[in-house]
Amino acid sequence: MSNLEAFRDTVGEFGAVCVRGGGTRWEVGGPPAEDTKEVSAPSGVECHDPAEMTVRVGAATPLTQLHDVLREHGQETTLDGPAGCTVGGVLAVGRSSLRRGRVGALTEALLQADCVGANGKVFTAGGPTVKNVAGYDLCRLLVGSLGTLALMGVVVLRTRPSPEHSTWLESQVEPSVVLETCYRPASVLWDGTVTSVCLEGYRIDVTAQISALSRFGFIEAVGPPALPPVRARWEGELPTGAILEVGTGVVHQTGRVDPPRPLPAVVAVASRLKEFFDPAGRLNPGRDPYLEAA
Amino acid sequence: MAVGPDRVTDGASARRLYSRDGSVMTGGRAGPVCFPETTEEVVSCVLAARRHGRAFVPRGAGTGLAGGSVPCDDPVVIVTTRMNQILEVDYDRRIAWVEPGVVNLDLGRHLSGSGFHFAPDPSSQQACTIGGNVANNSGGPHCLAYGVTSAHVAAVEVVLSDGTVAVFGEEQGDAAGFDLRGAFVGGEGTLGIATRIAVRLTPDPPTVATLLLDFAEVGDAATTVSAIIAAGVLPAAVELMDRRVVEAVEPFAEAGYPLDAAAVLIVELDGLPDGVAHEVRLVTQIASEHGARTVRVASDDSERARIWKGRKSAFGAIANIQPDYYLHDTVIPRTKLAEVLEEVYEIAERHELLVMNVFHAGDGNLHPLLVFDSREPGTMDRVLAAGEEIVRASLDAGGVLSGEHGIGLEKQRFMPLQFTPDDLAAQDALRKAFDPDGIANPLKILPTAASCGDINALDVIPEGVWV
Repeated sequence: MSNLEAFRDTVGEFGAVCVRGGGTRWEVGGPPAEDTKEVSAPSGVECHDPAEMTVRVGAATPLTQLHDVLREHGQETTLDGPAGCTVGGVLAVGRSSLRRGRVGALTEALLQADCVGANGKVFTAGGPTVKNVAGYDLCRLLVGSLGTLALMGVVVLRTRPSPEHSTWLESQVEPSVVLETCYRPASVLWDGTVTSVCLEGYRIDVTAQISALSRFGFIEAVGPPALPPVRARWEGELPTGAILEVGTGVVHQTGRVDPPRPLPAVVAVASRLKEFFDPAGRLNPGRDPYLEAA
Repeated sequence: MAVGPDRVTDGASARRLYSRDGSVMTGGRAGPVCFPETTEEVVSCVLAARRHGRAFVPRGAGTGLAGGSVPCDDPVVIVTTRMNQILEVDYDRRIAWVEPGVVNLDLGRHLSGSGFHFAPDPSSQQACTIGGNVANNSGGPHCLAYGVTSAHVAAVEVVLSDGTVAVFGEEQGDAAGFDLRGAFVGGEGTLGIATRIAVRLTPDPPTVATLLLDFAEVGDAATTVSAIIAAGVLPAAVELMDRRVVEAVEPFAEAGYPLDAAAVLIVELDGLPDGVAHEVRLVTQIASEHGARTVRVASDDSERARIWKGRKSAFGAIANIQPDYYLHDTVIPRTKLAEVLEEVYEIAERHELLVMNVFHAGDGNLHPLLVFDSREPGTMDRVLAAGEEIVRASLDAGGVLSGEHGIGLEKQRFMPLQFTPDDLAAQDALRKAFDPDGIANPLKILPTAASCGDINALDVIPEGVWV
């Protein structure tokens, strides 16, 4: 029996189940309902093919374990998360990396997902190749769904070459200076006073850009600034102590904000999705992807 | 009245015109054809279709190659070509709101000189619309590094099949809740009609290098592709053209393609100047190690334009060789390019057909083009048999049914080869969540018991349709 089949049998056909990864962001979207059976997806890197730029990996694999394997071949993924997070957890929560400017949005990473549905059957979303428009794009729906439509078991992810060099810089200037000076910086952060920028790529290119930025007082920093705990949508105002991811619409702040409620037409489609994928409401009950603000 | 009388027609000639698209599919039957100009008018068209118990089919420029906009059973055809305004360009937030009927290349021209561009560049870009790009999740040569249309659509306003209007996605950031934007893109018009689209603007690269690599063996060209990727270089584009294509396009494009080459690769590298120079050296070295006879780096914009002109006009040039053609579109793992290409040539030979290959090699997206004369008795049967074998060979190699043309009507029957009944049930759940009554472009993508349309050869190149 494969790992996936074992996972399927654990999920079964009846009763509430929640899938637990590293538990690092267990509060996102609300905690699972009480008396929900906790299950774990398969773990382990099954196959990495550097020339394909894809990797097949169990959803419960710790992200560091995956990236250790990829690093041996000079590759990485766009997945990012707190220490202890898993591949499946990052995908289910759906938050893009701080380095999105270089590595792209998280949702671009998921090529295929072998899932267990609410009916206890295995189905495959997407396909294993880096390009694919065969059928409907179920993978996009799974990312950020907090496991409420189906449970990801084994996934195929897009990989990409790791940057030869990566560095953080900061200066007390407006972020527009960076956008006008640099080509596709990996990250630009702004706290209202200080702009932090992450530059990545060939060392020779990064060096040239550091030199260009030095005219604006940028000096190298040890890393990104510490981010406040709440992730919210940028509404044009920067609260005190908050840090904006410039160009991504995400702001990190201390105060809790309620996400805007979606329009009725959107709610109607989302409700039908839940109804059709999980009519009995057994997958991750209590968790609501719409409680996520950004 | 849904739209003014001058913007709806049920005349025989219009219905005939709109019964086909750029694909090989015939047998479609169009009902009334509407040309709305606003979201409200699209809503009215959808509600009118509902009132009369009809389905509706969204249509842009009709350049689709899988029959996605071929109307089945007299639906209302909703043509978006009059919704062709670029509504807002916000360079600060790197977003442009456009109407669905804006032609891809027109958006490109509008942005030209701003330092930004819209990355998807399907080869039909001089005719195809942004709405069509969204429906098909279109690609193009440069989606290798930059991603297909889905990566470049931030938000989309959609008229759903019940006449309600929804906005999926956000101008910036990840969607809250389910990524309905991501699910909608690539829905081939079966999930609703896009009426306004927020596309992302990509900064122009400071440096671009275009290389022409020349090989005596097709297999060497193919293995060079995966060697480049394996070396950690992610080119902006990697395109392969085989000898027959080169022979057909060179007299027209005057790109200086070597006529005695078995295959040429066009490799485009972009980024900051020093990194690009480094990658040019690396790719040149890898190509030499894998049997490239020459590596030519375009020395200026005009030489680069000529190299691309040959690639982008390949389809038109090929049309002079035989009267009919059938273009396929599958994806295979790029490490299997050499063996699957060989198989494609064998399949064509076995069926006594001419096959030409010009395709997006960097992401393994094959476009075998069968050229033939359908007036010869029995030819179509051989063409269809060869096509099916090519599809099966791609799937057997670990590939997928389509890389950018979509499923539409053309490939429905192959869906069970790639997907199990449980896979298809999950896809059907997605579709029904958007369109519970099944009136948005019905009988497409998922296999159905009812049939619509037949596959036939194309004997006229529809304007603006390229590989």
